[in-house]
Amino acid sequence: MSDLNQQMAAKYQNNFLREIEEQAEMGEWVKMCMQCGLCSGSCPTNFHAGWDHPPQELFMMIRAGKRDEVLKSNSMWMCTSCYNCYVRCPRKVPVTHVMHGLAEYAYRIGQSPKNQPTQHLSKTFWDNATKTGRVNEVKLTQSLYFKDGIGSGIKKAMEMQAVALGLVKAGRLNPLEAVGIAHKCKDIKGIHAMLAKANELEAQHKAEKAKA
Amino acid sequence: MTSVVATNQTILVVGGGISGMTAALEAAETGKQVVLVEKNPYLGGRTVQLYRYFPKMCHPTCGLEINLRRLKANPRIQVLTLAEVTGISGDRGAYSVSVKLKPRHVNSNCTACGECGRAVQTEIADEFNYNLGKIKAAYLPSSMAYPQRYVIDASIIGTADAERAKAACKYDAVDLEQQEETISLNAGAIVWATGWQPYAAEKIVYYGYDRFANVITNVEFERLADPHGPTGGKILRPSDGKEAKNVAFIQCAGSRDENHLRHCSRFCCMASLKQTHYVQEAFGDAGKSTIYYIDIRAIDRFEDFYQKVKTNPNVSFVKSKVARITEDKAGNPVCNGVNVEGYKRYATAHDLVVLAVGMEPSVKGMDIPGEVMSDSSGFIMADPANAGIFGAGCATNALDVNRAVQSATAAALRAIQVVNKVARAEA
Repeated sequence: MSDLNQQMAAKYQNNFLREIEEQAEMGEWVKMCMQCGLCSGSCPTNFHAGWDHPPQELFMMIRAGKRDEVLKSNSMWMCTSCYNCYVRCPRKVPVTHVMHGLAEYAYRIGQSPKNQPTQHLSKTFWDNATKTGRVNEVKLTQSLYFKDGIGSGIKKAMEMQAVALGLVKAGRLNPLEAVGIAHKCKDIKGIHAMLAKANELEAQHKAEKAKA
Repeated sequence: MTSVVATNQTILVVGGGISGMTAALEAAETGKQVVLVEKNPYLGGRTVQLYRYFPKMCHPTCGLEINLRRLKANPRIQVLTLAEVTGISGDRGAYSVSVKLKPRHVNSNCTACGECGRAVQTEIADEFNYNLGKIKAAYLPSSMAYPQRYVIDASIIGTADAERAKAACKYDAVDLEQQEETISLNAGAIVWATGWQPYAAEKIVYYGYDRFANVITNVEFERLADPHGPTGGKILRPSDGKEAKNVAFIQCAGSRDENHLRHCSRFCCMASLKQTHYVQEAFGDAGKSTIYYIDIRAIDRFEDFYQKVKTNPNVSFVKSKVARITEDKAGNPVCNGVNVEGYKRYATAHDLVVLAVGMEPSVKGMDIPGEVMSDSSGFIMADPANAGIFGAGCATNALDVNRAVQSATAAALRAIQVVNKVARAEA
C-alpha cells in the first residue's frame, strides 16, 4: 500500500491537484470550486468539533499541494452524504461525491487515518455484506461496538439494548445470526462472480490510471 | 382609435427604459421616424426607480430630464404607453407589427392636478415602489412620470370610485369609456429593449425572502432610500419600522449560480457598494454595513469606488457566500455561513438583510413574436438570423446604465442602416 503511495507521490511530484484529478473519482471537479463557502456553510455537521477541514478548505488545500494534510484528513470520512452541499453548489460541483472519491483514494494508497470509525464501518459492512449477499446485522454491530475493545463494546451494546429488542420484535433482526444462521441470497455464487468481475474491472481501470 | 403613422422606413423601439429611450432618440435625431412602445404608463423603466447612480452618486432624474427634453423637442418620435407588441410578421425592411394598447382612462387634458387621486378611495399595490406600499387607484406613477398624466387603474372601472374620479376632474380628462384596442403598424427595423427583472429572490430558498420581512432585495432598498419612496427616504425595516442601522448585503444572490442565474449580473457589486453610502449618509458612524461576497467585481474604472468604500471603517467585508438566513427572537435576520478567510463559522445578526439580486432578462420566457436568438441565460444575441430585429441594453446582457446606453446607441445605428437601405430601394 505505502509503495503505491510513494509511487504516486513520485509520479506527480509537486502537482497534487493533477494527482487528485487523475486518480480520485470526481477529482476533476476540484478545480471548479470558486471558494464561495456555500458547501461548508450548508453542512449540517458540526465540523468545528469533529472535522479537520470543511470541504471548501480541503479543495483549496488540494490546489495548494498540501498532500499529506489532505490524504490524512478525517474530513472526507465525516461526510454524512446528506447532499446539501451538492444541491446548493453554484458551480454544480458534486461535493459529496468528491469527498467520497478523496476518501477512497486516501484509503487505496494507505494514507487514510487509522481506526477511523466510518472507514472501519465501511470495510466491515463490505466484508459482511459480500459474504452471503445479505448483511448479517448482529455481526456487523458487534464488530462496530467492539472496535475499541471489550469494555467499551459491552457498554455500547447495553446502551443499544432497547433498540435491538425492538428490532427483534419487529422481525427486522434475527438473533440467530450471531451463530452464523443468517439469511442469504439465493444465488451466492452468482453474486460472487459479479463482484469478482467488478473488482477485476476496477483494478484494471485503476492500474491504467496509475500507469497513464 | 389611436392613429400611428408608420412606414417601412420607420424604426420600432420596444421598451421605453433608458435603453429604449436612448435608441429612439439617437435614431430620431438622425432624421428617422420612430415609434416607441412602452408597457408601463410611463417612460424610464427601472432607471427611474433608482435613488442614485454609481459612481457619481447623482440622481437619475437628472439624466432622465435631459432625455425627456430631447424627446419633447423631437416630432419624429411617437410614444405609445401602456402598449405591448403582440405579433410581428414580415422580414427585415418590411415588418408588420400588432400592438395592444391598454386604456389609461385619462386623456391628454390631464394637468396632473391630483384631484382624481384624492377623490378615489380604493388602494392598490404600489408597483413603482416594488409593492412596498399602497397607492390610490387613480395615481401618477412617479413624480418624474412621463407622460405627466394620471392613470385610472382598471380594477375600479365600473365602480363608484371611477365615477368619483370623473366627477372630481375639472378638465374633463377622465374617460371611462376608453377600450383596449389592437393596432397594426409597419416598421423596417425593430430595436428590442425590454430590459430586465430582478431575480425572483424567493427561489433562493435558504435566504427566506418570502419568510422573513427584514430580508429585502437591492431594488427595494433603492426605494427605501429615495425621498420619494414609501418611507420618505428613511431606511426603516419592514417588520417594525425600526431604523435599519446595521445592514447586511449579500452578493451573488442568484447570480453566478448554475441553479439560478448562470451569468454574473455585473451591476450588483457596485450597487451594494453604492448602497453602503446610503447607510453612511442616513446614520453617520452609527450606520454599519457588512458586505458578504465571493469576490468583488467592480469592473474597470469602478475599482476606485470600491477602494474608497473599503477605507470606510463603518463598512466591513466578509469573504463568504451566506449559506442560510435565520431569524432571532427580536426579529433580526441572522446570516449563517463559513468565512473563507480562516474557515470559521459565523452567525451574525443584522437589522436588515439586502439581497443583491441579479438581472434576469425580461425576454426570458417572454414570447417574442418572430425568431430571435438568445444565449443560455436568455439574453438576445447579435445574430444574422435576427434579421432586422436588434437587441439593446439589458435585453442583450447584464449591463449598468452607462453600458446600456452604449448598447442602445449601437442598436440604433444598426436599425438606421436597415431603414436607409429601404429608403434607397424605395427612392
